[in-house]
Amino acid sequence: MSTLVFLEHHGGELQKGSLGVLAKAASLGDGDVGAVIAGEGAKQLAAQAGSFGAAQVWVCEDGEVAQPLPQPRVDVLAHVVEDGGYDAVLFANSVLAADVAAGLAARLDAGLNWDLADIELRDGELVGKRPALQDSVYADVGWTGKPRLALFRAGSFDATPTGGGGEPEISGVSPSYAEHSTAVKLLGQDAEESSGPSIEDADVIVAGGRGLGSPDNFTLAEELAKALGGAVGATRAVVDAGWYPYSAQIGQTGKTVSPKLYVALGISGAIQHKVGMQSSGTIVAINKDANAPIFEFSDLGVVGDVHEIVPKLTELVRARKG
Amino acid sequence: MRIAVCVKHVPEGPSRIDPQTLRLDRSGEGSLNHFDANAVEEALRLKGDSDTEVVVVSLGPQRALDSLRKALAMGADRAVLVSDDAAAGSDLVATSRLLAAALEKEDADLILFGQQASDADGAVLWAAVAERLGRPVVSQAMELAVEGGAVRVKRQTEFGYDTLEAPLPAVVAVSDAINEPRYPSLKGIMGAKKKPQDVLSLADLGLDAGQAGGEGSRTTVLALGAPPVRGDARKIEDDGNAAEAIVEFLAEKRLV
Amino acid sequence: MSRPSNFPPPFSARDYVVEPTDPADERIEVGVLIVGAGPAGLACAIRLGQLLEERPDLAATLGDVPVAVLEKGKQPGSHLLSGAVVNPRALRRLFGNRLRMEDLPSYGQVPGESVYVLTRRTALPIPPPPPMRNHGNWIFSLSQLGRFLAERAEEGGAMILPETAAQKLLVSHGRVVGVRTGDKGRSREGGELGNFEAGSDLVAKVTVLAEGTQGHLTGVALDRFGLRGEDPQVWELAVKEVWKVQKPLDRVIHTMGWPLRTGKRYREFGGSFVYPMGKETVTIGLVVGLDYRDASLSVHDLLQELKTHPKIRRILAGGERVEWGAKTIPSGGFHSLPERLHAPGVLFCGDGVGMVNVPRLKGIHYAIESGRLAAEAAFRALQRGETPASALASYDAAVRDSFIWSDLYEVRNMRQVFGRGFFVGGALASAMTMSKGRVELGKMRAEPDADQPLLVTDRDASYPAPDGKLTFDKLSSVFASGNKTRDDQPNHIRIERRVPGEVARLWEHMCPAQVYEVGREDDDGTVLVALAPSNCVQCGAITAKGGRLTPPEGGSGPEYTET
Repeated sequence: MSTLVFLEHHGGELQKGSLGVLAKAASLGDGDVGAVIAGEGAKQLAAQAGSFGAAQVWVCEDGEVAQPLPQPRVDVLAHVVEDGGYDAVLFANSVLAADVAAGLAARLDAGLNWDLADIELRDGELVGKRPALQDSVYADVGWTGKPRLALFRAGSFDATPTGGGGEPEISGVSPSYAEHSTAVKLLGQDAEESSGPSIEDADVIVAGGRGLGSPDNFTLAEELAKALGGAVGATRAVVDAGWYPYSAQIGQTGKTVSPKLYVALGISGAIQHKVGMQSSGTIVAINKDANAPIFEFSDLGVVGDVHEIVPKLTELVRARKG
Repeated sequence: MRIAVCVKHVPEGPSRIDPQTLRLDRSGEGSLNHFDANAVEEALRLKGDSDTEVVVVSLGPQRALDSLRKALAMGADRAVLVSDDAAAGSDLVATSRLLAAALEKEDADLILFGQQASDADGAVLWAAVAERLGRPVVSQAMELAVEGGAVRVKRQTEFGYDTLEAPLPAVVAVSDAINEPRYPSLKGIMGAKKKPQDVLSLADLGLDAGQAGGEGSRTTVLALGAPPVRGDARKIEDDGNAAEAIVEFLAEKRLV
Repeated sequence: MSRPSNFPPPFSARDYVVEPTDPADERIEVGVLIVGAGPAGLACAIRLGQLLEERPDLAATLGDVPVAVLEKGKQPGSHLLSGAVVNPRALRRLFGNRLRMEDLPSYGQVPGESVYVLTRRTALPIPPPPPMRNHGNWIFSLSQLGRFLAERAEEGGAMILPETAAQKLLVSHGRVVGVRTGDKGRSREGGELGNFEAGSDLVAKVTVLAEGTQGHLTGVALDRFGLRGEDPQVWELAVKEVWKVQKPLDRVIHTMGWPLRTGKRYREFGGSFVYPMGKETVTIGLVVGLDYRDASLSVHDLLQELKTHPKIRRILAGGERVEWGAKTIPSGGFHSLPERLHAPGVLFCGDGVGMVNVPRLKGIHYAIESGRLAAEAAFRALQRGETPASALASYDAAVRDSFIWSDLYEVRNMRQVFGRGFFVGGALASAMTMSKGRVELGKMRAEPDADQPLLVTDRDASYPAPDGKLTFDKLSSVFASGNKTRDDQPNHIRIERRVPGEVARLWEHMCPAQVYEVGREDDDGTVLVALAPSNCVQCGAITAKGGRLTPPEGGSGPEYTET
């Protein structure tokens, strides 16, 4: 089985998420793994792909892919899939990758399983693992026909260099582009506003609940969030009490988030809150009550006083980030 | 101008998976996917008081008409439902094929989608549909304006905000940040029933059963299982060193 | 000791009676307006459809919408909750030969039944007392039946308007002319959010109030027209769950006794039910009179406790809770019915006016029959040659001639006798039933639930800690009701916020949805009650015990499917 991985890059660097998918593909150990990089500076990044497991890297530096838009990349991938005879194409989720994957699925009439958390080879067949019903069940999903397209949840795999890979074979690609592929024009870009990430996009969220004790204590959450480079969230209870705005509410009737790290301060973990954050990558909870339900679904539960632990924690984090 | 909005009727209440089909149990009550309500709202804002026609299009069982009627109650002009037993269980490949066929007939200037479905199916549908129709697509729109035969979009990505422009006819998927959908007025609800609602079969679209449903799909659900246990969950008591322990834990996971 | 009624809520029915204010061309006109898509309202809509089918000329005079049914829930069924074991007679009369019972979404006829008196560990079977015999009755999920009836009503031409609350009664020249629907899109402080949509004046030739227990406009109308019955209404709180089970249950079960206390001072009247719903599902519920006195009593938690009884545990073993809900049941019976069931322009049906047979735990068939009779009266009122006043009065006459009246009369003092404690009450109740109500015990006054003086025990110490498998906490239960109410809505609950500690505690324990919380205590011994209104499943218990529930934004509240 030969697998192709779509690698994304930004600011001259390959994105960790897609490198993680590449490493995973390589670890499946079945057949060749190739990578595609499209856009300005693709060639320079090709060598790096080798250390994550790509035996072959296809690069496209056409003007048509200079802007980070999905549709021309469908043309590139369709071309590479055919030329390289790939059985599977893997993507790490991002705004761009999702559109590319779906466009490619339609172009090739190829099955796309998305929102996958994992993938494995079973008796030579590719089986994807897809969380469903707010992560309460996992479905095994498969494909009929080829190629098989898979879109993985962001952050599903660690980008660990495989060590083994040597110099990958690099090939240039310059496909013909469909008319509609090049119709969209990027007029301008604005960088992220400096006030910190929004809750929906944040990689780290520090959320406060009633256990904080009073609205003033929300500074504990804010300071820790700043130190970790994350956003601040709140439970319904404290929003109801007027401690924090509704826009920060996380839960069934607020926002649903799945950051890489979720730190819950003084939050009991009622189900209304749980369903809004349970698919977070890593959950750390600090609560005085040893029986708080949140300890049942956190990765690290700390029974203690937030007022004592959090200031120290914030200091230590700042020191590390130095 | 004609704006087509693709909407989905999603299950209400506690979600359950049908043990037979291994797919979401859609036999119970349903409602208009709330993300699609943003798309309907955006279409209605673009329409304003003009004679732009807003058509809502959906693929689903007969009772999906309930959701289409909600969109009509909000102010959409016409509804088209593609409903055929053979279409049940359609995946992205099949669904996009069916929807594209229906949208082809509509020949809309602008096609809008919501950002995802609350039942976690149907996300990324817009890009597949746009590809089949041969139209430019822009997703994650948080601001939208139509001017001089083109649509200008402000969208949010992981890195910031992009401003893009695409010539009409185009496909745009809106994010839920774009607007706050209106509540249908009582007059709107009562008038919805009278607005045209067409139900199309596969044959009406010139398609056969093999192109839809399980046969027309290219993915399958094999089995259901429990999620992996949250590996090595730890619980500790603060003995004065909790902060250090937490940092160590985060470092292990390469989160600091 | 305090009584909740000493701390009345800031609520005045007068605020909810208004003249139409929308300009004439913006008012929405319908023929007959029915408030509530429950069994009464839908039976009314179905019967009207039947009658109008035979008279298309009359239907034509009613405009675009001859029959409209308003429903505050997400859809018909979302706010319907009952056991339910239903006496089929009203359904048969409603559908005639159009549908048979087998065509309805039931779980079949009652296969058998048992009654037990429970203690903590034992279950003593007793022969089902006559009022509790259910042979010939059918098991339904009321929520499902509601959805079914709604479809039939729509087929008959009715327009059902879900997510629409009837907020105010429109009265003009002393006559009810319709309702004003609630606003949508208001903020917690009452301001207008971006998608604010004001309510509308909905006017009709006849208005039928079929709002169910604690009906908001029913209460407003009874006050406005001075129609309160000789006895105040009293209520019971029912909390129930739906479970998927491993072993099919082969009978309908009722229990008495534990976990309720039998001592007279507690006034804990009630019992539990366990009904099979087909082979894979079971519903279990506990019903307790809201005239109880112990501020620490929590019906929600008593139900959790009940499930730990060995007999119940066995029934639920290996199963999974799939739904939860709560609702009050009016239990004042005959003497609490209003003076009249009509006023100018309006008819009252069902639970809203207390048509419930408490010893038999039945009310659905009365609701359906009253809806059917209301349709006939409304239909008459629409015709020429009869004044609306006499037509609507004919509804009262029809109800008095019906089985609704005779049944309720037969058991007229049943509820009141239990004020004397379980054993005395039980004996008296049996005597009454067996004599078909002919035993005259003298008229017994019912007292409003909120007048009961409170006492405080440590009853809450024995509520089981939730294990998430058999027993659950209130927030998990609220989640299982499907409640996803928008949080930043105006608060729809009216209570006196500053009350003595035991009153606050009463409300905190009473509410099955954890809406009320005892706040900070002040030097004078009073506390501030904190509210989480978006938890509310609109059961109505607060209205019985000292506050007042008003309808929140349409579409809020639980989304029941199998209750």
